[in-house]
Formats: sequence, structure tokens, C-alpha cells
Amino acid sequence: MKTVRALARGAAVVSAIVGAGSASAQSGDVNVYTYRESKLIQPLFDAFSRDTGIKVNVISASSGLEQRIKAEGANSPADVLLTVDIGRIEDAVRAGITQPIKSDVLDKIVAPQYRDPEGHWYGISMRARVVYASKDRVKETALNYEDLSDPKWKGKICIRSGQYIYNNALFAAFIAHHGEAKTEAWLSGLKANLAQKPSGGDREVARDIAAGKCDIGVANTYYWALMLNKEPDRKAWAEATKVILPSFQNGGTHVNLSAVVLARYAPNKANAMKLVEWLVGEEAQHMYADLNYEYPVRPGVAVNSTIAGYGQLNPDTIPLSKIADHKRAAANLVDKVGFDN
Amino acid sequence: MAVTAGLAAIAPLASLIVLAFGETDDLWTHLARYVIPAALARTALLLAGVAVVTILIGASTAWLVTTFAFPGRDALSWLLPLPLAIPTYIVAYVYVDILDALGPVQSALRAVFGWHSAADYWFPNVRSLAGAILLFGFVLYPYVYLAARAMFQTQGPLFTEPARMLGARPWELVRRITLPLARPAISVGVSLALLETLNDIGASEYLGVHTLTLSIFTTWLNRGSLAGAAQMACLMLLIVIALIALERRGRRRRGFAASATELRHLSPITLTGPARWIACIGCFVPVMLGFLLPAGYLLHEVMVRGLLVGFDVSLARYALTTVALASIATAITLALGFSAVAALRYEKHPMIATSVNVAGIGYAVPGTVLALGLLSPLVQVDESINALAQAFGGKGVGLMLAGSSAALIIAYVIRFLAIAIGFAQAGFSRISIDLDDVARLLGAGPGTLARTIHLPLAKPAIFGAALLIFVDCLKELPATLLLRPLNVETLATYIYQFATRGSFEQGSLAALIIVAVGILPVIHITRYADIATRLRLNARS
Repeated sequence: MKTVRALARGAAVVSAIVGAGSASAQSGDVNVYTYRESKLIQPLFDAFSRDTGIKVNVISASSGLEQRIKAEGANSPADVLLTVDIGRIEDAVRAGITQPIKSDVLDKIVAPQYRDPEGHWYGISMRARVVYASKDRVKETALNYEDLSDPKWKGKICIRSGQYIYNNALFAAFIAHHGEAKTEAWLSGLKANLAQKPSGGDREVARDIAAGKCDIGVANTYYWALMLNKEPDRKAWAEATKVILPSFQNGGTHVNLSAVVLARYAPNKANAMKLVEWLVGEEAQHMYADLNYEYPVRPGVAVNSTIAGYGQLNPDTIPLSKIADHKRAAANLVDKVGFDN
Repeated sequence: MAVTAGLAAIAPLASLIVLAFGETDDLWTHLARYVIPAALARTALLLAGVAVVTILIGASTAWLVTTFAFPGRDALSWLLPLPLAIPTYIVAYVYVDILDALGPVQSALRAVFGWHSAADYWFPNVRSLAGAILLFGFVLYPYVYLAARAMFQTQGPLFTEPARMLGARPWELVRRITLPLARPAISVGVSLALLETLNDIGASEYLGVHTLTLSIFTTWLNRGSLAGAAQMACLMLLIVIALIALERRGRRRRGFAASATELRHLSPITLTGPARWIACIGCFVPVMLGFLLPAGYLLHEVMVRGLLVGFDVSLARYALTTVALASIATAITLALGFSAVAALRYEKHPMIATSVNVAGIGYAVPGTVLALGLLSPLVQVDESINALAQAFGGKGVGLMLAGSSAALIIAYVIRFLAIAIGFAQAGFSRISIDLDDVARLLGAGPGTLARTIHLPLAKPAIFGAALLIFVDCLKELPATLLLRPLNVETLATYIYQFATRGSFEQGSLAALIIVAVGILPVIHITRYADIATRLRLNARS
């Protein structure tokens, strides 16, 4: 009997707590599912709510949100999905959980290579996959991605898992430039150059270079700036390294996107459209640049000074949707050359 | 009840199987050639290593604290389960920070020996298979410890006391009586620890150990092939089922049950001389490495970062949510698990037996996969509710289950049912079936049986299970991430936000709250179990 009473009491507590969650999906709201960590984008949502009076309800996760929206079907509370990586963006479209965003505002601001021709997704910020290099031990100031398989780097390169989404996209871009056979040879060469088995995250690249385990490594642009400016105990890692923006021999620097998608059954579509357009507005784009150290997608918004210090970004011109087509082949090649083993 | 438990667990598995029927083209040729052999071998090594470490630590410490008296024994007996309270991947981050080239240990070595960089000397790499085995071992041994301890406490003395009187030496006692007796409990503990290892993604990925589970994720995320991932998950399940079956067969041949006498509490053997310090240190080292060091590191980060000063008020709300969800899920899981096993005792119907066996499988499915599998059955129930409401002229109520915390509770129950069932089976295995027969002969129904015989005798097992389930719910991450309603955060998801940004230290305070919330029941339960046994002993004498 005691347990029953305890259970009932517990249930009351829970419904009181989570009631806030379910009851808040109301008309003055917009519901966002996001792969961007909510801590990271909360300042953006707060500013949006302040500007528009629309409340933003959030679920953040690291995978599976497309499947969740798909399973929820017509009753899904999702209005907007904020996602990262071109492969995932295309997955969302393929899963049939999106609808075209018809917005002249967006079409005017977002360059054609950073949006879906049919309007199912729009890029809102960019990050480049670049090289961190030891300040002391590496003379080079420019590199091509192709150079990473050069035997002169033998035992000197650090990288995280070859199946990590951003590496996967970089390798897919390599295939888009050079075809599968050449990419396989390049991956084998890169694998042979690794100082240690792929592990850790992008920050570990800087950490391991600072520790002298390796000389160069592959990582995203924003980590270096975060470590330098916002993470006192990792500042030394950034200070021991420099950032080189590599290019493809026949192209530019590989960039990936964070993007926005309008859910197919968005219950608060009007509010969702306001949010989507707000995200490419001046204020939001400045926040992307200065809080998250990303490249803003809106022309005229300056990149953060730390990021600008890397040099002028010359993004690769191969359309991102083309790159997404090679993701699977890239994943297979990583297995085939035993990249992570 | 048993059938309910079975059905609840089957729903996501069935939907997993449905998912597995999707088109995968030539994926398997590739997987079979390049991925599965290596991943399987690596996973097998990892599991074997973790099994050895958890048994060594868990069983021996449980034996020490229940059999002997030595300095610090009481404190150690409740400190030993604590490594459970810290999420494994956080411990992984902490150890990489401490032991990596730039960490305090190697920096000190460099200063002492005058080395310049990490290239000048050799130091074991934490980010390796061996590192992962030790890490999982030191974090997961409490599963074995708790299971074995419950067993030693209740059953050990019954057999060891006469043996001791007959002059058996301690080592003989262990080999011929204690170990064989503890075997069911140890197997339960180890299988839980191994399933937990199999479930992990964060720590293995960070340490660069590409397990089968990681391969499932790669297949899903980089190849956009949920069907392929579901098929691999099914393959993994088959392996798990085979392992469980093997373990059960091994157990079946050895039945031990206490006679009808009551629990006995044997006065512990008082250790003297160096032995007592060896016992003390032997129990302290796992506590130190599995708990004190990582928790201390987190505390240090909280202080250094001034996280207490800039206290995030919403943390209190998240803590409340977490505890409420965990409590409810624990109560339901215990009720389902123990009554399912009790039902099996009462009525050996094949359907009940199958349900009980199936219900345990949820634990083996990676949390995200389980959550994915759970989504569509939940939504289907929701849609029928909506249809029903509309048929009666009402309006749709939206996603009552899938869109609320009910989804989380259901997921927790399914995931952790294996703990309740495992502990119940181990706990009940030592209650002689003769007791049931006599009671039933005297006209006792299942309710009376449970109240007067099963529950009192299985108490240590129930406490152990409750503790594990509660703490596991507190720190459950993958299913919580994917299934939680809008604006709901638990402590685990809060920490994760920082961890994915690569600055898990910012989440230290939340991690410590999990530890604190986890410690309370650990202390309470360990103490209560001791007192209960002592009281009974006093009543007898």
C-alpha cells in the first residue's frame, strides 16, 4: 500500500515537473529539435524571444532526431530542425520530414551553393575542416589536403576517427574531387602517416600536438578559437599550434554547414518561418560569428577576428549536395583501409 | 505481470526487427569483409578483459567485506559501489586529462626526469584497448560487488560456518564453498557489467576502441542506413542471447538453495597483522581509482571554475526531474522484474518463462537503438488513443506517450528490467523451493508466498537491484536524449551538452549532483541491509 501511495505521489511530482514540457507546445511558441547543443544556441533563442515575443521550446540530441520526427508523424510537435553536416541534412530531406521553406528573404541572403535548390534546407553557418600544426616544428604555412599522404609526414599526423561525421564529409569531398581509387590510395597514405590510432576529439589534435605526440592534425575551425579565447586551461594547446587553411589542388577549403529545416507537419509554421528568417538576420549571424566562431552565411557580416587570423577562407566550389552523394563510399573506404584499426 | 514485462520489452525489439527488413543493397558484403571481423574481435577482447577485471575486483572485495573484519571495513562496504554513480564517459575524460601527455602525472615525470616532450619516453596510452578495459573494469565492478555481496551476506555463513568449525582454512572455504555458491550472483553481476560495456558509445569512441556498437552507429549515421544498423543490432542481440543462454546452462547444473532456516549472520573473522592492512588497501584501491579520484577531479573543476558561485539555478529543476523519473522507473522495474520471476517460480508455464527471458534483453540493446525502436510502437498507441478520442467526439490529444515523460519511464523500465530479473533470479535461487511447496500445501496463495517468504528472503537482492536501477536511471543518457519531451533536461543530458562541446568540466557540478543523489541510496541501502541482518541475528540469540 505504501508503495502505491509513494508511486502516486511520485507521479504527481513528475506530472507537475514535466507538465511544463508538454503544455508549453502552444500557439505563441515554436518547437525546435536541434543537433546544436542547446547551451550553444540558447543565447540565440533568447534574443529571438526578446525580439518577437515567441517562446522557443527545445529538444537537443546528438542523433536520431530525424527518426523521431518521422515516427511522430502528423502529430509531431516539431516545427524546425537545426542540423549539422551535409550528409545529415540530406538524410532529413530523404526521410520525408521536411517541407520547402518558401522565403524570398532567405533566397536573397543565402548563396545558392549553401541551400537546397528546392528550398528544403538552408545553411545558416559554416565551419571549415582545416589543419592544426605545431608552431615550433612545422615551417609550412600552406598545405593541400593531398599533401597529408606525403611520406614526409610519417608518424606526425593526429586525427580523430575516420568515421566521425566531419572527417567523413572531408573524405567524401576528396572523392568528389579525385574519385574513389585515388581517395583510397590517399587514405592509406594518411593512415600510414598517423602518429597513433585515431581517438579523442578535435581538441585532442591540438592537445597531442602541444604534447609533442604529433606535428599536424585535422580539425574544425572553431575549436582552436574556443580554446584560445574561452577555455583558460586549454589556451596552451592553442598557443602551441597554428591553423592552416588547406585547399584541394583543384579547388578550395572544405567547408561544412549547420542548416535549418522546416518540419513537414510543423504545427506553428508561421512562427517557425519567423525563426528561420531571424536566424540569417544581422544579429543572429553576428552571434554565430562571435559566440560560436563560425563563418556566417550572410554576406557582409564579419567573421570573428580570431577566425580572420587564419587567413582568407576560399571555400571549395563543389556543391555540398554532390559531396553528400559520396558519404557512403567514403565510409566504406575508411573501413577498407582499416583507418580506425 | 511476467507476460506484461515480456511484452513491454518485445515492442521495441519487434520494431527493431521491422526496421531491419529495410533495403540495404550490398552493405553486408562490405560489413562482413571489412567491419565485422575486426569489430567483433575487438569487442570480444574488451568484454573478456572487462569480465576478468570486474570479477577480480567485485567478487574479491565483496568477499573481503562480508567475511572479515579489518580497519575501515564498514566505510569501504558502502564506498565500494560508488564508482557506479559517475557516467563512464566522464570517467574516461577525467583519466585522459590526468594521464595524458599534458596531464599532471606525465608533466611531473617530465619534470623529474628532465624529458622535454612526450616523444622522449614511453608511457602507457589511456586511449587504447587496454586503457578501456581497465577503465570499464574500475567503473563497472560494482555490479559484481553488489550481486556477490548480497549472496555472501545471506548464504555464505550457512555453509562456511560449519566448514570453519571443522577446521577448513580460508582459502579452502573460498574455493570449495564461497565461489561455487557465489557463482550465480557473480554471473549476474558480470553479465550486467558486460551488457553495460556493450551499450557504451561515448567512452569507447573517445578512447578509440571501435566496438560493434560503434560500428552500428557508423552504419546508421554515415551510410544513412538505419536498416543496416538495425540488422547489426539484431546480430549483436543474437550474440548476447547466445551468451546469456550459455551462462544459464552453466548455472543450471549447480543448484544451491538455503534450507528453511533463517538468515544467519556470522561474526566476521578478525584479521590481524599485515593481512588486515592488505584487505583494507585491496578494498580501497578500487574505491580510489573508480570513485575518489574522478569525483575529486570533478570537485576540483567545480572549485576552479567557480561553478558553485555562478550556480545555474535550472540545475535544481533538472535534478528534481531526474530523481522523480528515476524513482518511478525504479519502482515499476522492480515490481515487474521481481513479480515476473516469482510468477515463474509459482507456475512454470513456458509462456511466462519465455517472457522472463525476453524481458531481460532490453539491456543489451544500445540505448539509442532501443529508443528508436520504442518510438513507433509508442506513437501507434498514441494514434489509437487519438482515434478513440475523436470517435467519441473529442479532439485529438496529441502524443500522450511519445511526447511526454512516459516515454522516458517506459524506456528506463525496458532497459533496466534485466537488472531486476537478474537479481531476482539470483536472490530466489537461494530460497529452497521446498519452502514454497510447504507453504502452498498449507494453502498459501501467490500473494502470501511473496509476502511471507519471497520478499523477506530476497531483500538483499531487492535492495541491490533497486540501487543499481536507480543509479542507472539517474545517469541514463542515450535514450533520454532522444525521447525526452520539449524543454525537459535531466542531469545526464545537461552534462552531455558540455561534453559534446569538449568541455565536460563545465558540467562537473551536475555530475557531482548525480554522485550525491546516488550516494544517499547507496549508504542507506548498504546500511539498512546490514542492520536488518543484525537485528534478525539479535532476535534469534
